[in-house]
Amino acid sequence: MSAGNAGGGTALWQYVVMRLLQALPLLLGIVVINYLLISLAPGDPVTALVGDYPAPPEYIEQVRADFGLDRPLWEQIALYVLNVFRGNLGFSFANRVPVLELVLERLGRTLLLMLITIATATIVGITLGTLAARRPRSLLDTASTGIALAGYSIPEFWLGQLLILIFAVGLRWLPAGGYRDVRLELSGLDLWLNMLKHMLLPMFALSFRYMAITTRLTRASVLEIMNSEFILAARARGVSERRVFWSHALRAAALPIVTIVGYNFSFIMAGSALVETVFGWPGVGRLMYDSIFYRDYPVLLGILLLVSITVVIVNLLTDIAYAFLDPRVRY
Amino acid sequence: MARQSLAARAAQSHPHLLQVFWYRYRRNRLGVFGLAIVVLLLLMGVLAPWLAPHDPYATSRDRFLPPLSPGHLLGTDHLGRDVLSGIIWGSRVSLLVGFLAAATAMVIGIAVGAISGYYGGAVDAVLMRITELFQVIPRFVLALLVVAFFGSGLGKLILVIGVLSWPQIARLVRGQYLSHKALPYVDGARVLGMGSGRIMFSEILPNVTAPIIVTASLDIAQAILLEASLGFFGLGDPNVPSWGGMLNNAQDYLRLAWWMSVFPGAAIALAVLGFNLVGDAVNEATNPRLREG
Repeated sequence: MSAGNAGGGTALWQYVVMRLLQALPLLLGIVVINYLLISLAPGDPVTALVGDYPAPPEYIEQVRADFGLDRPLWEQIALYVLNVFRGNLGFSFANRVPVLELVLERLGRTLLLMLITIATATIVGITLGTLAARRPRSLLDTASTGIALAGYSIPEFWLGQLLILIFAVGLRWLPAGGYRDVRLELSGLDLWLNMLKHMLLPMFALSFRYMAITTRLTRASVLEIMNSEFILAARARGVSERRVFWSHALRAAALPIVTIVGYNFSFIMAGSALVETVFGWPGVGRLMYDSIFYRDYPVLLGILLLVSITVVIVNLLTDIAYAFLDPRVRY
Repeated sequence: MARQSLAARAAQSHPHLLQVFWYRYRRNRLGVFGLAIVVLLLLMGVLAPWLAPHDPYATSRDRFLPPLSPGHLLGTDHLGRDVLSGIIWGSRVSLLVGFLAAATAMVIGIAVGAISGYYGGAVDAVLMRITELFQVIPRFVLALLVVAFFGSGLGKLILVIGVLSWPQIARLVRGQYLSHKALPYVDGARVLGMGSGRIMFSEILPNVTAPIIVTASLDIAQAILLEASLGFFGLGDPNVPSWGGMLNNAQDYLRLAWWMSVFPGAAIALAVLGFNLVGDAVNEATNPRLREG
């Protein structure tokens, strides 16, 4: 098949495969960095693999043999990579469960919080940014600039504490933390509503910065597009101002917004870790905080690994979504 | 006499580059506000021993005193320590980590970006893969692990935050070098027989400083935030008072003492805001594309 008649679909498919292949060395690199951390840590590397929490000596000997800790470094790395790909991330003695199981369960709750946050922040951010761009220098535009500046500067965990002070301690409207009311027997819709009530404050704390980024980018993007030549051409053809805005400008302006999710994902995750700690939300972040306290190193390493892999996957999906939306990217 | 006035007139018609910069910067009111915050913070950090009314570590029996108590303007914490003094001393950690971590990131980022952009080809491909790897790994989680493994001295914090913050600058510098290496002045330098190192660092680098300074300022803000986050996770340097550490203590006493959270948190937000505003204003003053509007 000649390059000329390769349809858009084929090119997109090739692009996806290329990006997938590029992600593989990235994943390998992450695993190797993980292992280098273990072997560079002061003291016996077995401590890093088992943790400081009291573990039976037989298990420690088994880990020593499994990971070949008496062999040369490159063999250790190879064994570690093998173990990771088999899903063996060790055992958490502080929690009495395999690390993989523990982290995956918590990762689910973190992703739930993050997804709701991202959805809310994106909708609010795009709306605010678009309105601000339509009337530059209006009161709304100035206000959105102010919100954006605050969003960039206020640490999520402090915002979380402020929200607790105002809405839980002061007004007593919402719970100060937790995942759901453990004392109530709830199921079905009631359970979800109860969880939602617990999620509101952490969600707001987490979404503020992200909303700021989306607002700024949307505003800049819409302003730039509205001043571009194809909009001028549309206006010259007599397309109504409303149509110019809704079906020409907004579609083109939406493109860069797609990338925010992907490229800020690891920052939102870090923010989530902090916010979870403030609100006692039982996700990966809270688990990290507790694992540091118990010196439960295998859990920390497992989190680093799984979170990195999640970020790689999300970046990949972002690139693919972008290529799908923007025909110019396919090459 | 005549020569002097001639020189004066020449100076008038060709104002110094910094004067032009300041003239443009000054017009950005938010930027001036940000600069004021940064200067005040610097003064606070330098003059901490004279400004702080109390020893930030001195515990007392006056626990949980509310703000405006006699002798304790911003109240005291769960160990009876003065909150205001903690904030004043805490500015030192934030500024030190902010500046030095950003400087570390600059050095690595400029080196990697310059080499990558200037040489291109296989070198570029390899370096960019490594950069991508560092961009993908969640900075906060990795920093947490490193500090948990290796301990949390101030020097280690600076090194960790710096080493994890360079990819952004590397990408920026690489892009700049890619476009500059095709310009005539670089060809000229090559014809004159200059070595690659000299072309990269004494010919091209001065021409790309403006965007680097902008990124540096924003990076200081990011480093301050990251340090505070680690402190909030209880992984700050235990030997110096820090804003993040104060918020970690505040978490357990939110219902009892709101001031333990509100004031140190405001300090972090203000510091980050200051450096962000300065970065934006420098960008606006030096980037001709942004000057309108």
